[in-house]
Amino acid sequence: MSATVDIAFTLNGVETSIRVPVTMSALEMMRDALGLTGTKYGCGEGECGACTILVDGATVNSCLLFAVDCDGRDVVTIEGLAANPLGERLRASFVEHGAVQCGFCTPGFVMQSHHVLTKSPHADAEEVRRGVEGNLCRCTGYKKIVEAISAAERVG
Amino acid sequence: MNVREKASGDTLIGKRIPKMDAPQKASGKTRYVHDINLPGQLHAKILRSAHAHAGIRSIDVSQARSLRGVHAVITAQDLPFQRPIGVAKDHLPLKRDRVRSLRDEIAAVAADTEEIAEAALKLIRVDYEPLPVVATAEDALRPGAPALHGEDLVCVNRNGTTEVVHRAAPGNVAMTFDYSQGDIARGETESDAIVEDVFWLHYVTHCCMGVSGVIAEFDSNGNLTLYSNSQVPFLHRREFGELLGMDPGRIRIIQPPIGGGFGSKLDIYPFEPIAIYLAQITQRPVKLVFTREEEFLASPTRQPVLLKMRSGCTKDGILTFRDVETVHDNGAYTSWGATTPFVMMQTISSLYRVPNCNYQTRAIYSNNPYAGSFRGYGNLQATFAVEAHMDRLAESIGMDPLDFRLKNAQDPGEVTPQGMNFRTCGFKDCLRIAAERSDYQRKHRDNVARWRDPDPIKRGVGMASMLHVGGGAKIYQSDGCGTILKLDDFAHVTLITGASEIGQGSETVLAQLVCEELGLPLSSVTVVNNDTDVTPWDVGVHASRTTFIAGNSAIGAARKAKDKILAAAAVKFDGKADEYDLKGGIVVDRRTGNGLIEIDKLIRSLHFSEKAELVMTTFYYEPPSQHQDKKFKGDVSAAYAWATQVVEVEVDTRTGIVRLLKVNAAHDVGRVINRLGIEGQIEGGIVMGQGYALTEDLIVDHAVVRNPNFRDYKLVTAPEIPEMDVSFIETMDGEGPQGAKGVGEAPAICVAAAVANAIYNATGVRITALPFTPERVYRALRGQAKPPVWDVGS
Ligand code: FES
Ligand code: FES
Repeated sequence: MSATVDIAFTLNGVETSIRVPVTMSALEMMRDALGLTGTKYGCGEGECGACTILVDGATVNSCLLFAVDCDGRDVVTIEGLAANPLGERLRASFVEHGAVQCGFCTPGFVMQSHHVLTKSPHADAEEVRRGVEGNLCRCTGYKKIVEAISAAERVG
Repeated sequence: MNVREKASGDTLIGKRIPKMDAPQKASGKTRYVHDINLPGQLHAKILRSAHAHAGIRSIDVSQARSLRGVHAVITAQDLPFQRPIGVAKDHLPLKRDRVRSLRDEIAAVAADTEEIAEAALKLIRVDYEPLPVVATAEDALRPGAPALHGEDLVCVNRNGTTEVVHRAAPGNVAMTFDYSQGDIARGETESDAIVEDVFWLHYVTHCCMGVSGVIAEFDSNGNLTLYSNSQVPFLHRREFGELLGMDPGRIRIIQPPIGGGFGSKLDIYPFEPIAIYLAQITQRPVKLVFTREEEFLASPTRQPVLLKMRSGCTKDGILTFRDVETVHDNGAYTSWGATTPFVMMQTISSLYRVPNCNYQTRAIYSNNPYAGSFRGYGNLQATFAVEAHMDRLAESIGMDPLDFRLKNAQDPGEVTPQGMNFRTCGFKDCLRIAAERSDYQRKHRDNVARWRDPDPIKRGVGMASMLHVGGGAKIYQSDGCGTILKLDDFAHVTLITGASEIGQGSETVLAQLVCEELGLPLSSVTVVNNDTDVTPWDVGVHASRTTFIAGNSAIGAARKAKDKILAAAAVKFDGKADEYDLKGGIVVDRRTGNGLIEIDKLIRSLHFSEKAELVMTTFYYEPPSQHQDKKFKGDVSAAYAWATQVVEVEVDTRTGIVRLLKVNAAHDVGRVINRLGIEGQIEGGIVMGQGYALTEDLIVDHAVVRNPNFRDYKLVTAPEIPEMDVSFIETMDGEGPQGAKGVGEAPAICVAAAVANAIYNATGVRITALPFTPERVYRALRGQAKPPVWDVGS
């Protein structure tokens, strides 16, 4: 229906090329075109963080990013953290600290906390809370999420 | 490791056990309904009303139908045998000739893509005849107000006959409740102090992080499969059967993991039958997923309540009476919100001992969003009023608020005038421990002494307690749950339970309980809980019942399996069954503690023997509770849960900003099964209660939701959470699984009530309307707030 563009970028460490409509968001591209459903739709408006991905090392709400703007960049989704040591520690820490209930927000939190701890490996609880301010969770009350992130350096 | 060493299996009960589904969820591999796509699937979208109240003169779908990629467009006209949904059966999924709220469904499209379906919606022409909008319950009760369900709702049956499915509701009254105990007049005469207030409890909504969604598919035999987020799959199966005129046995509900429930998935909403109709017409799988905006507009709310309460006590601090009247804005249709008085009256009549009590309520139709069930189910609203009056009465007789509560709190063994039997009751321990850990009494006195200090930043402490069902609730014919359990040749357990996992962690708790019986590690259990073709019946996830009811059911099945294994051991070792036990995967001799044989080995020897038997058992647990009688009396739950929460707030009197600093929570949970899980339930519930008290407000203005997004509807975020200190009171309930009681709803109930009391303790100003936004608090501190008024007659 709408115009399409060919783009090429690194996705979870792999060179990827795809043709996408210019109106498509990076979130839709991940979920609908590339089958990477770990990135979640929670609001589509940049308000919940469920769709958080890493673009050139910084976290981005993929619902607000056009797919075409991934062109030439280095993109990592939750699936791409599978073999990443910090990603592994974070996942283990979320599990061990009871930071997961329905789990819908969890991939977004793992991505965001990966970013927080990469920037500041010894972030204190206050920094962690500020760091995940843009991620909403309706189940846990955040306490265990903050504990999980703070402890992730030690886990594993 | 030899047989003897392994036999020292430690208990799992009370330990911190990570959720079994957490690794999958934390790596983004869990497939929620949004993540499932079936081959050949179509995408559906719904056209909603442009008016809050209007007649529909005509709908023209011809252009939409001819759009390329559109497979079906349906309106009520295409569904001559539509049946109503909802608690009162007053709600047709697709509206015929009248819309009663902005969420109302007028037409629906199934197309190759969501984009095409959206485009098709824009081509549908609806000719409306606008009608006067009934914006509030007060409006709805005015003489001459339009009757929103003024005529009988008549449906055509498949055999051509017609049937009245919902009777006209004159005066817009959707439902009423009337409860009384004792004699109010006598209570008033005995009173030395009487207080009276009107409270307003606002609209909030669930905000599950995963939006609503469903996939419907018919096979070539006409059997329906639904991928649904239902919290009550077995009840919905029957209801879908009635809606579709088909045998419920041919409806299979598969429940993918769910992105939050909190009560919102307790009813059927129009989008579900609509997806089914589209699948039926197109003979293709149809997926329908909401946008977040749709989720705000078209999912249920917590019940908004206008509440008038009068209470009294004697000068030595004994409650004498409580007289309550409420009006509930029901919205356009009747869902579970209308029935929240069942729970409200328990708190009003029985949280504290009150000999004389009246409670009358009316749910009133309006053109607003309609209220469903939401964690706590009316209890947040009732507790808000009751606990405000506990503080006010204590103050008017000059008694410490904790002492006043202790004087009137329930004790174990009490049977209340409403018929509830508190076999275990840790209420007074909850009160004492929460007060002690927060230093409540000292802080409370000191804060009052500082009311006139010039410092603009004030501190306050506030206390509130709650009573909630903790052993199921006998609302339906059965409050039971079934379990099927099989132990395979490797002593691996498949626990097939009717109880749904909605993120709360029931899967793990049930597995723990089974492991405890069978002496097996958690890694030996797989839980199957998401497919009505496989799982046995359960009444659903509601009323904080799953740990209690499904737990007892799982234990029952495990005990039968254990009996069978021990009987086999008795034969093999030439003893009696009760001489053996199962521990750490081993059959042990009870007397010596010595390991005799691995369980899997014994099971194989049973299987590959002449008897050739497998270890498979079933169990159905029905709690020993009662249905209420017509006067709402009866012991409706097999156990009751208690809690006290003390909150500490800081009020900036210059800005009206209230910060929640600390919550000391003490909960009578019977017994802790999974410490990690129960802490998570309580912390999550507290923060949900914090949102209800301070930040969340679904602004419904003239029947329009003004803030259908997370920018303007403020959920609590990580930097705002209070320090949380949780104490567990273990009363070891005799009927509970390992002594446990339900806890799911409890933690959300007290927060707003306690914050109201804390704001008063900080400032000397009592605010009787929620939420405590800076604007409301600022005005109240300056005497400019308009307190809620009772303008709804009686
Ligand atoms: S879906 Fe992107 S921030 Fe909510
Ligand atoms: S775990 Fe459910 S939204 Fe965070």
